[in-house]
Amino acid sequence: MSLSIALMTMDHRQNHLESLRAGLSLLVYPIQMAVELPDTVSGWFRESLASRRQLQEENAGLRTQLLMLKAQRQKLEALEIENIRLRELLDSSFEVGEKILVAELLSVNLDPYKHQIVINKGDLDRIYPGQPLLDADGVMGQVVHVGPYTSTAVLITDTSHAIPVQVNRNGLRTIALGSGTINRLELPYLPNNSDIRAGDLLITSGLGGRFPQGYPVARVTAIQQDPGKTFAQVVATPMAKLDRSREVLLVWPGDFDITVPAATPTANQQAGADIQIVPEDAAGTDEASE
Amino acid sequence: MITGRRHGSGIIIFTFLAALTLTVVPLPEWGRIVRPDWVGLVLIYWCLALPDRVGVTTGWFTGLLVDLLTGTLLGQHAMALAVVAWVTLKFHQRIRLFPVWQQALIILVLLVLHQLLSLWVTRFIGRPGPAWYYWTPSLFGALLWPPIYMILRSMRRGFSVN
Repeated sequence: MSLSIALMTMDHRQNHLESLRAGLSLLVYPIQMAVELPDTVSGWFRESLASRRQLQEENAGLRTQLLMLKAQRQKLEALEIENIRLRELLDSSFEVGEKILVAELLSVNLDPYKHQIVINKGDLDRIYPGQPLLDADGVMGQVVHVGPYTSTAVLITDTSHAIPVQVNRNGLRTIALGSGTINRLELPYLPNNSDIRAGDLLITSGLGGRFPQGYPVARVTAIQQDPGKTFAQVVATPMAKLDRSREVLLVWPGDFDITVPAATPTANQQAGADIQIVPEDAAGTDEASE
Repeated sequence: MITGRRHGSGIIIFTFLAALTLTVVPLPEWGRIVRPDWVGLVLIYWCLALPDRVGVTTGWFTGLLVDLLTGTLLGQHAMALAVVAWVTLKFHQRIRLFPVWQQALIILVLLVLHQLLSLWVTRFIGRPGPAWYYWTPSLFGALLWPPIYMILRSMRRGFSVN
């Protein structure tokens, strides 16, 4: 009894038990694999029993999609370089390139009252706690526990999670809190007169140093301005398919410089803002984003 | 007598593993309403059937595995299941005498105890309280007790676990 209370306290206060949890997660790995097995087998059957025509159609579809994405990417590269050049003129630093790894969700259900997922990459793939997690449409969450082969990530909608965001339209910065409902984020810190509308896209602001800048997070769905209250009640829907995605992307922010030479140390001040941008090597530091 | 003891540990471990697997098997959204506390049920059964072999320690360690599997605070389910095992052991002779439907009522109380303890922990670390359907798994668990009891008893007799 007292042992478990001690254990819970230590786990809640973090730090000490990470390695124990990582070691013990090896113990439950076979169970997770067993649960995953039917899914793996059915996936294998689906792939190996698919007809030739189906595969050809899929192939053609993917080819078209790839072509379109490539065309878009060409433009993006030009824009990226232009952006960097302009920022250099303003004497501010901006990191664009990131290293990305694709991971897959394990189909295990966790505690239904916590929004967590298990992914099939772990310490051996150099995953670290606090690492941002994306899917094809936006930010999903961040890694919290890392085991040798698997890691647990908390989604942005978990009640204990908060993510610094900005409105894409005008750069308005705020924080999006998880609500405990899978399709709902709350923005409780916006004053009543702030410039935000339904339909606004929220992107990561990069402040806090945990999430890289510029990834879509959510779209504002409803705003309620009560004149009697100081803050507006803003609700947003996550862009990422939090409860449907199978493939997720793990990002190493700013690990991997593609273009710009390193900015001078004095150039960390963002033009026009009095907030210090966290230096590029913040990937490993423990800057709180919650 | 001595040689006949400790027979069939494999079966006990197997049932616990099966229960752990069922705990994390993916189900749609309604899963959170109907999914009974498999580990709790299996633990209570073995505490009733073999109180000298399965008890608080077993409960604690399986609870720890549940914590690891479901990503909860380490020790949350461990503590709750240890308490459940302790209560079951305390009353196992009385519970054994009841007919199975009456047992189910007691199981309901034990499962609610498990959930209550783990709810206390989650509330204590400052997470919001769940909705009313947080409690339905206990009800389904109690309803499932008669078949689970039959299955585990036939397994215990078939493999002569004692």
